[in-house]
Amino acid sequence: MIISLLFILILLAIPLIAGGWGNLFFLLGIILPYLAFFLFLIGFVYRVWQWAKSPVPFRIPTSCGQQKSLPWIKASFFDNPYNTLGVIGRMFLEIVLFRSLFRNNKVEIREGRPIFAGAKWLWLAGLILHWSFLLIVLRHMRFFLEPVPQVINLISFADGFFEIGVPTLYLTDLLFISAVTYLFLRRVFIAQVRYISLPADYFPLLLILSIALSGILMRHFYKVDLAKVKNLILSLIVFRPEIPPGIGLIFYVHLFLVCGLLVYFPMSKLMHMGGVFLSPTRNLANNSRRRRHINPWNYPVKVHTYAEYENEFREKMKAAGIPVEKE
Amino acid sequence: MSLAKMPKPEDLAKIDLQPPRQGWMDTPVEFRPGTWCYSAAPKNLKILGLPNPREWQPADVDWKLPANWPEIILQGMKDRLSRFRSFKLFMDICVRCGACADKCHFFIGSGDPKNMPVLRAELLRSVYRRYFTTTGKLLGRLAGARDLTVDVLKEWFYYFYQCTECRRCSVFCPYGIDQAEITMMGRELLNLVGCNINWIMEPVANCYRVGNHLGIQPHGIKDSLEFFADDIADRTGVRVEVPINRKGAEILFVTPSGDLFADPGTFTCMGYLMLFHEIGLDYTWSTYASEGGNFGLFVDHELMKRLNAKIYAEAKRLRVKWILGGECGHMWRVLHQYMDTMNGPADFLEEPVSPLTGTKFENAKSTKMVHIAEFTADLIRHNKLKLDPSRNDHLKVTFHDSCNPARAMGLFEEPRYILKKVCNYFYEMPEETIREKTFCCGGGAGLGTDENMEMRLRGGFPRAKAVKYVREKYGVNRLACICAIDRATLQTLMEYWVPGVEVTGLHELVGNALVMKGEKEREVSLRGEPLLTKTKVDHHER
Repeated sequence: MIISLLFILILLAIPLIAGGWGNLFFLLGIILPYLAFFLFLIGFVYRVWQWAKSPVPFRIPTSCGQQKSLPWIKASFFDNPYNTLGVIGRMFLEIVLFRSLFRNNKVEIREGRPIFAGAKWLWLAGLILHWSFLLIVLRHMRFFLEPVPQVINLISFADGFFEIGVPTLYLTDLLFISAVTYLFLRRVFIAQVRYISLPADYFPLLLILSIALSGILMRHFYKVDLAKVKNLILSLIVFRPEIPPGIGLIFYVHLFLVCGLLVYFPMSKLMHMGGVFLSPTRNLANNSRRRRHINPWNYPVKVHTYAEYENEFREKMKAAGIPVEKE
Repeated sequence: MSLAKMPKPEDLAKIDLQPPRQGWMDTPVEFRPGTWCYSAAPKNLKILGLPNPREWQPADVDWKLPANWPEIILQGMKDRLSRFRSFKLFMDICVRCGACADKCHFFIGSGDPKNMPVLRAELLRSVYRRYFTTTGKLLGRLAGARDLTVDVLKEWFYYFYQCTECRRCSVFCPYGIDQAEITMMGRELLNLVGCNINWIMEPVANCYRVGNHLGIQPHGIKDSLEFFADDIADRTGVRVEVPINRKGAEILFVTPSGDLFADPGTFTCMGYLMLFHEIGLDYTWSTYASEGGNFGLFVDHELMKRLNAKIYAEAKRLRVKWILGGECGHMWRVLHQYMDTMNGPADFLEEPVSPLTGTKFENAKSTKMVHIAEFTADLIRHNKLKLDPSRNDHLKVTFHDSCNPARAMGLFEEPRYILKKVCNYFYEMPEETIREKTFCCGGGAGLGTDENMEMRLRGGFPRAKAVKYVREKYGVNRLACICAIDRATLQTLMEYWVPGVEVTGLHELVGNALVMKGEKEREVSLRGEPLLTKTKVDHHER
């Protein structure tokens, strides 16, 4: 945890030094974003390709509901899918609503027996974190698209519905910060979770927290000229990069941290974003007796044949009156 | 280690789930008696042609590993990463959210943090990172990576043989990461350097050569079945036939050999014989394919295939139309998820159709193997059986979902439907402990041996406590299950944690309730308990 914190401080120092003293905006605003985006794209595709390269030799879904067998027994369509539609449904529930995590419960030993208690906080915080992250990213699309699509404006409008403060405080920002904070504190204070945590678990939480905080600082405290920011981003998109002078330093801090996240993403556990789609215990229909699943590397193996077996036991079999092939 | 040497249940139940101060990478494994299984005897490895047969024990300092063992392991990892997407993916995408942590029966029963599925997987992941990822190679421990040392190997052995591959953690994992899959890979790697346990390798060697785990020879199988037929005649007055290796039968019946050998499985076996006789099933037993179970699953994929091959080979030789499988847990994982892929296509068989009801078992139309619970539920649904559930009135029954039929199949309603038809008193255990959330018996995946007793009792602790709950609440005295390993291990578990509860297979209860043509009035159950209806009547007459 300390190490991760140290790492974040170093990351913060880089743009502050480079921008504040070095005036290296060309580096911070153009070279690094290009590099980061490129590394993210290549890295992400490479990782998914690495997984996809390994085949799925056996059909091993985890069945979490009744199988489809006899016509009068109601099968569980989503929790134990028997066709592709069911699998799509299962994956949808898994990815959009975190179905499996929703099952979570907590075990304690009291008076020599296990007690099961509800434990939905992890599910709730995870769901809030991911959904608000998604909405925040979508909201940011207004800096990437000209004209800004109606749906993006709608998201921003809905997100700022309560119109607290000027500029409006976004609900997703609050939710995001609370969820990340909860997930971080959970790692620090729940002994079991702390025990299994690696630096690679604290670091991404601190990183996205820093990104969110720098964004909020930029929006509400150290305001920057958003028109200039958009000009910069659009210039990057059309490959005619140009740094408009006078965007505040805080923007470059925010941007640098985002670049950091993009670079870090493909080499980290954050790749669960791509991996969850490929998980063979979830994305296969439980129909392995109905339809043969093919193993591409299935190879012949040494077996003990019936002939060998009978050769060893023929006399005993005959004596017991068990039919044999060779008398 | 016998039950008598175990600490008192109330002492064993003093479990602290809080992790220690010292980090797991700095805590070497300690081979405490009662928590591990003996090594495989060299003769068994030789029968199977497996590497590094030798005399050794896990508690020894020197494991007599081949000189180049790290290369063997790392090469083995590389092979498997390229052959199994599950393995590669599960090494990469865990976020250590901890949802799986308190889902493992071994963790709940022992409090040992390395039994949290996430950490058990990290034992392997840390080595994966060190040798197969850039960050691990560069940053080492900072990236959660560590060198492959003898101590790490010993830790793998200890904890991968402290996982029963029950898949409960994978139900709760947001990415479906399945510790069973990781344990299977870990055990495959250990097997490459000859680190395996005898409770698995002896059954495997037996099954390979003699046809079944227990090494029962053909005439022994016949003796057992005929002995059961005698017992059935004694209880019911009906003599059932025992068809063995009969060519041209319609159906080949395959069940775990444990049912032929040890109580209470034997009573389940009697139930099968009675049912098949009563419905006039045209079927046969096989002495060559006399094992439905497959301990190869607990060693490696290749060995699983080598053992499983016999079932289709024998079905072909005997020219049957389809195959019916008895009550067993991991057996059904292999039959349902692996057999057709490994040893199919079974194009020499026909799509299974019940000869009594005409029901087409479309869910088994490729593999051509039907679960006995599916078969019997269909019979009852179509009123093909005359049942008198009051003959089980001396029993208050609860049902233990066996891990593999639950989480690798989804066989939940079929056995419950049968249970409700054959007995009048059926009570479910708490929701968190049944169906897809069912708890293991603690002795699955080849760990049901006596020297491992403490760990078995700890692993079975959550299951046992759920049984205790329904015992106290409803007076449950019988624990029904559809797994041969359960029938062997739950009995011990009950003796220790919940005295007064005995274990039964589903078809023992069917056998009790089954009204047979030409039977005499039943006075006792299959296991010889006086029937309650009978005693009541006697009392009344007096």
